[in-house]
This record gives sequence, C-alpha cells and structure tokens, in this order.
Amino acid sequence: MNKPSLTVSSSPHLHAKADTASIMWNVSIALAPATLWGVYAFGLRALLVLGVSIISALLCEYLLGKLHNESTLWDGSAFLTGLLVGLNMSPSVPLFIPFLASVFAIFIAKWVFGGLGANWANPALSGRVFVFFSFTTPMSSFVAPRTLAAAMPDALASATPLSFAKTAIAGGASGMNSSALLSASGYPATGFAQTIANATGFSAYNVDAFLGNVAGCIGEVSVLALLIGGIYMLATKIITWHIPVTYLLTVGVLSWIFGGIPAGLGIFAGSFFPSMFTGGLVLGALFMATDYVTSPITHKGQLIYALGCGFFTFLFRYFGSMPEAVSVSILLMNIITPTIDRYVIPRKFGDTKELRKKQKQEAKA
Amino acid sequence: MQRIPTFSKGGVHPDDNKVYSREQAIERLPMPGELLVALSQHLGAPAKALKAKGDTVVKGEKIGEASGFISADVHSPVSGTIKEIRKVTLANSIKCDAYVIVPDSEQPELPTEKADWKSQEPAELLAQIKDMGIVGMGGATFPAHVKLSIPKDKKVEAFVVNGVECEPYLTADYRIMLERGEQALEGAMIAAKITGASRIIIGIEMNKPDGIAHLKDIVKEKGYPIEVVGLKMKYPQGDEKQLLKATINREIPSGKLPLDVGAVVANIGTCNAIYEAIVLKKSLYERVISVTGECIAHPKNIIAPIGTKMSDLLEFCGGFSSEPEKMVSGGPMMGFSFYDTETPMTKGSSGLLALEPKKKYRSTACLNCGRCVAACPIGLMPAKLYRYITNGEYETAMQTSLMDCKECGCCAFVCPAQLPLVHTMKTGKKLGRKKK
Repeated sequence: MNKPSLTVSSSPHLHAKADTASIMWNVSIALAPATLWGVYAFGLRALLVLGVSIISALLCEYLLGKLHNESTLWDGSAFLTGLLVGLNMSPSVPLFIPFLASVFAIFIAKWVFGGLGANWANPALSGRVFVFFSFTTPMSSFVAPRTLAAAMPDALASATPLSFAKTAIAGGASGMNSSALLSASGYPATGFAQTIANATGFSAYNVDAFLGNVAGCIGEVSVLALLIGGIYMLATKIITWHIPVTYLLTVGVLSWIFGGIPAGLGIFAGSFFPSMFTGGLVLGALFMATDYVTSPITHKGQLIYALGCGFFTFLFRYFGSMPEAVSVSILLMNIITPTIDRYVIPRKFGDTKELRKKQKQEAKA
Repeated sequence: MQRIPTFSKGGVHPDDNKVYSREQAIERLPMPGELLVALSQHLGAPAKALKAKGDTVVKGEKIGEASGFISADVHSPVSGTIKEIRKVTLANSIKCDAYVIVPDSEQPELPTEKADWKSQEPAELLAQIKDMGIVGMGGATFPAHVKLSIPKDKKVEAFVVNGVECEPYLTADYRIMLERGEQALEGAMIAAKITGASRIIIGIEMNKPDGIAHLKDIVKEKGYPIEVVGLKMKYPQGDEKQLLKATINREIPSGKLPLDVGAVVANIGTCNAIYEAIVLKKSLYERVISVTGECIAHPKNIIAPIGTKMSDLLEFCGGFSSEPEKMVSGGPMMGFSFYDTETPMTKGSSGLLALEPKKKYRSTACLNCGRCVAACPIGLMPAKLYRYITNGEYETAMQTSLMDCKECGCCAFVCPAQLPLVHTMKTGKKLGRKKK
C-alpha cells in the first residue's frame, strides 16, 4: 500500500461550520433587508452614501493591511464596518462625512488598537460618534422617505419623530406624549399606517416607525426590516437573545415607568413599545451592541452589559439634551466590558451550592 | 413529555457520522504476519518486560508485569516467537518498548468452560481482573483493578456503565452492545459486586435506539437490577463527569473522582472485558476497533489482537477509497492523529479513522465571541486561558483552573477564529507544571 502523506495536529479533528469570515458575511446578509429598505425609501443618494462608506472602509483596511504584509479583506469585518457606518448616516450627508467616519472607524478605532479582535470600542459606532460631534448639523438633518415625501410639511421635513418630540418637550410642551405631540403639530403618517392604527388602536406614527416610513438614518428607519435580520442572526446562532432582548426590554420598561416624567405626565405614563422601536435603538441593539469584540464573553456578563446599555439609553433619551443616546450608551458599556469580563466568570462544574456550604462548615470547624 | 436526561453545562453537537460503520457486524481480523505489542498501553507506569528476544510465548501468557500502583499487566495476543524488542512510537506520541511477535501458524483453541463468579469474593474477582490486565477500554486506559478497588472509607452507591460513545464515527461500543450485550451486562454485574454498588445504571445516547432496546430486553429476561437510561445526544457525554451529571445528577468537584460522589464509571467495552476475564479466563489481548471514516473503502468493526499494526487493519478494510488528510487513533474529538501506518493498536484503541481533507478555514484573532465559554462543559473560559498561555502567564492560567480542562475539544470545535485552543491548553499544562 502506498503511504499517504498525513497531517498531524492536536485534537479535535472536526470543526463546526462557522468561522470568522462566514459570521461577518452573514451579519452583512442580515443587514440586507434594512439596507434595501433604506435605499428604496431614500433613493439613490442613500446608495451613494453606502458606497462611499463601504469603499473607504475596504480601502483603509487594505492599505493598513499592506503595512503589515497581510490581507484581511477576506474576513468580511471591514465590509461590515463600512456597511454599518453607511447605515448610520443620514441620507443627505455630504459624501466626505461617510468617508471620514469609515476611516476613523477602521484606522483609529480598530487598527490603532491592534486590528480585528483587539479594539475596545465598536468601530462603526466610534466612526459615527466622531462625525456626529464634528459635523452635527448635516448629521442631524434628515429627509422624508419616499413614502411620506408628498405629505410632509417643509418645516418638519428634516426632523425624526423622536428628535421632534424631544425638542418640543424641551421647549416646554407638557401633558402630551410624543404621539400626541406629533399629531398636534401635523406630522404626517401614511394612509396604510392610518388604516392599521384605526384597526388596532396603535398610533399611526408608531406604525409608520415600525414599518420604516419616517425620517432618519438610512439603516435605522425600518424596525421590521431590522427584526427580520435579527431573527436571521438568532436562527443561525450568530447572536444569542441575551443582549438584544435585555437591551430593548430595559429601555421599554424604564420608558414605560419614567418616560412620562419630562413631559409632565408622571410615572407609568411613558410608552413601552414605541420607545423600543424608535431612534436607531433596534439597529443598535441587534447589530452594534452584539458586536462580539466589544461585548462581554459570558452570557451573564452580556445581561449586565445590556442592562447598562438600556439604562444609559433611557437616561440620555429622556433627560439628556443631545441626541445619540444609543451610540453613546453602547460606547460607554464598551468601556466597561473588560471589567465585566474580569469579574463575571461562569460557575465551574462541580462548584455546587452544597459544596460551598460544606466548605464553609469545614472552614468554621 | 418526559425530559430526556443529559448534562446541563456546555457541550456541542458535532455530526455523529456513525453511518459508515454502524451496520457492520464485528469481524475477526485474519492473523497478521507480525504484531507490535507495546509495554505502555495504559495510564501510568509502563509494564516491565518478562520475556527476551527469541523466547516463545503462548496466547494469553503474561509478557509484561505491572510496575507501580497505577500500571497494568500486558499479555501475549498470540502463540509465537519474540523476534525482537524495540522502541515504538504509539499513536498518542508515547515512545516505549514493544515486543515484535511473529505468530505461529497454528493457534491454540480457547477453553469454552465458564467459571462461576457468583460464589467468589470481591477480593478474588479483583485479583483476577488485575491478572488479566484489564484497563478502561474507552480510550483513557485507566487500570480497571485500581478503579474498582474501593478504599474502606468510601461507599459506592451507583455503578454507572458508559454506553454513550459520544465521539463521532466510533461504533465499537455500539456493536458490543448489540452482539455481546449479555456478556457486557454480566460483566457490569461482576464489577458492581466488586464495588458493592446498590444501583447499576447504564447510560446510552438516543442515537442508538436499538442498542437501548436490546439491553432493556436482556435486563428484563435475566432479571438484572440494571437501569437502562437513554440520554439526549450531546458531546462530551461520555466523559465520566458529564455522564454522572446526566445519569445520577451529581457533579464531581474540581480535582475529585467519581468515588467522591459515591459512583464508579466503567465503559461498556470494559464490562465486556471484565466478563471475559472472570468467566472465560481470557486476558485482555484483543479488542473491538472501528475502522471508519470517509476515506476507508469498506468501513468495519473488527476484533483484532492488540499490537496489530494499523496497516493490517487498513488492508482488511480494502485500503483507502481516497487519499486521507489525517489518520486518527480514537475518536475525532479527542483522538490522536499520527503519521505512520505501521503504528500498532493498543488496549485503548477504540477507533482508527481516515478523514478526508476538511474545508480549509483561515485563522483570525480571537473575536471574544464567547462560543468557547458557552461550549465548555467544565465552565472554564478558554479564550482567557488561551490569552494567558500565549502571553507566557502560566501561573495565572493555572490559577484560572487550567488543570480542570479535560481537553474534550468543545472550545476548539466551535471557535470561529480557528484558534488551536486544545493544543494551547496542553502546552500550557506542561509548561505550567514545569514552572512549579
């Protein structure tokens, strides 16, 4: 028998199907529904913004890889970062902004700290926060989606429902929740949403926000599309429920209890569902907070992290004066992640309650 | 609906791939031209050679004597002549002395007389198990007489038979269950008598429904006090820690043995060997091995003399159907890959795999995804340990429970970054011990 040339390596000799590249590309696939909706709602301009952010992220990754004599484009992480940066842009931003955001994300947030796996902050979010605080006006000017454009009064055209309500409340409007405020000032809703609203009792604004008929960033407007992507990631076991569900519920519950206070409505007067489905929270909870590198490694740690994200988001949203609640909360919790990973460790097999009790008794004796 | 028992923490679900050899009845290997009987076939000190070059040996004769407390005797699998004693490298990279035995053309018939074990005292039975060189047949090869000697201050409540065979591909235990189930269960009764256990449980994964049914029938027919328990499939359920959690819901604390929670675990193949040792007076010189994998032309379950070279097994199975990338002794999750088909099988060889080239993955940096942490059945943080070890912080790694790692491979199996986690743990343990 002729001898085959055999590979010798440590066990195990089998491997699960998922690898880094397949995970990264799958997350990009999970973002496809939201991306497609964004391009449909905001037109080719949105596509252009996405193109600039993705291409500059890839280019930056390629050049930095060149310096280290390695090519890391295949792993899909730079594409994903670029895509997320683009989805976090208002469709009307000048094109140098997504370029700068992507370069910041890849170069400063990721490579300066050692590249994939070594960054402490989510690159796409860092990029977004950097350009947001540098170019606040273009970053917070929005356009109405195609589905609402005809009905949108000019005065309201550039505000998201959330920022509109927030400005109104900050300006002294009290006694009304955000739906009532929007309604009072003539914020439009689609006919379809109105039909559903009449049939179910939800506010038409909330229905529109869920479907994606609102002004906002390219990728954040359609909660429905994001949830489809989220379910895909859960089904393919790319993420677990721990972070997104805890994050959304924390914001929902806190908003329900305390969210009415700034508007003078007292406790238990805030909105539960609408608070979860507005202002980029779903995009953040499903795709940003769940970033492996910058979230805790244990499920227990992930719960603490998501609670923190939810708490800060709630706080910034209702009691802060700036927008960006979601991005800043996640970045804040990114800072705490190494600490969580240091102190939250899994229970070791055999370390049962009975054993602990026994050891305590022995120590006493 | 009743919950199917399994262990709770961690674990993974590799494809079981048992389809290649599960329907193949056990076949006897034609006598090979030459055997390589190693003197270190068990956990612990190697056996001392009792024979020299040129000596003749008889089938079943003791040719290596246990040296030390944890060690086991070695017996000649054939009648023949010792051609020489030389160094060999076993599949698990252990180097030791081995007899090269050329079998006679005529082999003696074995006596068919059956001894009665019920009238014998536990101490007598134990002495015979030691004399027959029985070791754990699941792969760990821990000497059986040591495992079954219960210290006076310990009490055994449950004797748990391991019929899990959670390693993918392997079907040797499954075939033993189907074809030698009666022997194996009687062996379990003998072992249980030695330990004084009041409960006897056999745990089998649900991918072997006919094995479960067959053993249940035997138990019913013979009236044995044995509980046959079907377990939900999950790797590494065949580890004694996970098996005890699944069957009797007890957790062995770090650094402790099954005895500390009142249990003894033995593989179903070991039970069969115990039966043969006590009732048939047959020393452990042959075993059932699954020769399987994508690249084997005709996968088989073979009963072969210990010391058979892998090349003889391969030839009996028609060689390779395609060029393998790896050959593995044992299962694919914990088995050892080796490079020389002249490597001999030992008492612990449960399988010989020829695996096809797998999809080539590219390794990246750790993503902190937490899959290894979720998969670890012991509750360790492999990613953290990996970082400590690769940074040379062996002491920190040891303090972070590195020694509790059993190298089951769950972490490396799921790692999307393809980090060599098990390899690193093994290295870390060695270097950490040295530093101490």
